[in-house]
Amino acid sequence: MGTPIIIQLKGVEKSLGGQPVLRGVDLAIPKGYITTIIGPSGEGKSVLLKHIIGLMRPDRGQVLVDGVNIAQIHDRELNEVRKKFSMLFQSAALFDSMDVFENVAFPLREKRLVSESDVQRYVPEMLERVGLGKMGHKFPAELSGGMKKRAGLARALVMGPEIILFDEPTTGLDPLMAHAIHDLILAMHKTFGFTGIMVSHEIPKIFPISDWVAMLKNGKIIAMERSEEFLRLSDPLVREFISVPHALAAT
Amino acid sequence: MYFIQGIGARVVAQIEEMGAMLLFLLRSFGWLFQPPFRLFQIIKQMHFVGFKSTFVVILTALFTGMVLALQGYYSLRKFGSEGLLGSAVALSMIRELGPVLASLMVTARAGSAMTAEIGIMRITEQIDALETMAINSLQYLITPKMVASLISVPLLVALFDVVGIGGGYIVGVKLLGISGGSYWSSIESAVEWKDVYGGILKSISFGIIISWVCCYKGYFTKMSAEGLGKATTESVVLASVLILVWDYFLTSVLM
Repeated sequence: MGTPIIIQLKGVEKSLGGQPVLRGVDLAIPKGYITTIIGPSGEGKSVLLKHIIGLMRPDRGQVLVDGVNIAQIHDRELNEVRKKFSMLFQSAALFDSMDVFENVAFPLREKRLVSESDVQRYVPEMLERVGLGKMGHKFPAELSGGMKKRAGLARALVMGPEIILFDEPTTGLDPLMAHAIHDLILAMHKTFGFTGIMVSHEIPKIFPISDWVAMLKNGKIIAMERSEEFLRLSDPLVREFISVPHALAAT
Repeated sequence: MYFIQGIGARVVAQIEEMGAMLLFLLRSFGWLFQPPFRLFQIIKQMHFVGFKSTFVVILTALFTGMVLALQGYYSLRKFGSEGLLGSAVALSMIRELGPVLASLMVTARAGSAMTAEIGIMRITEQIDALETMAINSLQYLITPKMVASLISVPLLVALFDVVGIGGGYIVGVKLLGISGGSYWSSIESAVEWKDVYGGILKSISFGIIISWVCCYKGYFTKMSAEGLGKATTESVVLASVLILVWDYFLTSVLM
């Protein structure tokens, strides 16, 4: 590809409850771009994402983050590697005992990287960027799905991570809101320049915001291409998956 | 053949779960001695487990003491030794009923809430979110709860004992007409340090059992609403049964 690789998976296999989910995944994530992993529901896309950040460990294979194999390191070292990461969860995973401000401030306060006066300055700034300027005092239960995602994104961005993982960032949102969240991710990517890894089945909406697209099918990555070239692939499994929404749109 | 395999699989699964529970306990306490120390979290949990349980503990203790005095008076009168009512109430309270009943009340009130809270955090990926922020979820969530209940339960038990003895006084002295002097003096002469010490030891171990079982069940909740309901029920039942079983063995050792 010519671009530096930040994360590499080699032959990752994982079974859950006796069922093989990942059957030898090989994947290289280029640094500084947004790579989207697509595939049908239940194919193990989220499982794959959890392997990248060490929430799950593979039965076999390697997960290399900047050359460090996180599949076989001690929890303490894993926590060092995780400082490069943030993750936006499917449910946003905001702490429901805290309001939005405290949620976004949480990683900063926990890691004591900045003074409290800086927290008071950074957090409103970050909330403003994601369009939640006046929402700091609200609790997660009072927010709509789209607002939760925005707050989750603010919390993911606040530590200035090198890599952000997005687990189906638009699932459960109406099309307008999904579009807005995609635009927000793209805008934040332009501002902060992180490496984004997204898992989604939002065809074709993800193509304009992704630099690279990979497809997971039958527990393996069957194709990875630049976003604009992915649509021209002739692989029947890829064609079947990406053409369904077009067919639906046509009817 | 399948039958025998089935039995074997269940036994192995049970032993595995027991091992997992023990590791969970050791790890959670191990994190207590590593920075960052979460004093604020411990105080917050003590407020929840301890302070917020005081009302229900006082209420239970009062009526337990009162009914003990009634029953004790009925039995002791047959032998003409109503004067010993104070010691009968105090000994049963301090040695047995205080630790067991207070712990069962804490299990029902705070233990079930612990399982539900941790279980919801598991289902809604909040525990995963902590981990991705390089924060150890055991240290952040579980250790403070264990320490808090280790400290709070003995204090609640002490409160239970005092209120229960007071309840016995109300019924025995004020309602049934025993002399107040003999009520207190029989307590003073009958209760020894080893009774009190045994009660404290029991309540400390019950405090560990409650937080251990309830946190474990919440932390490893199956990812569904049904799983969470099941985990909450299981945690209350298992903690209550363990308290009673452990109580028997501890009593027989402390005798």
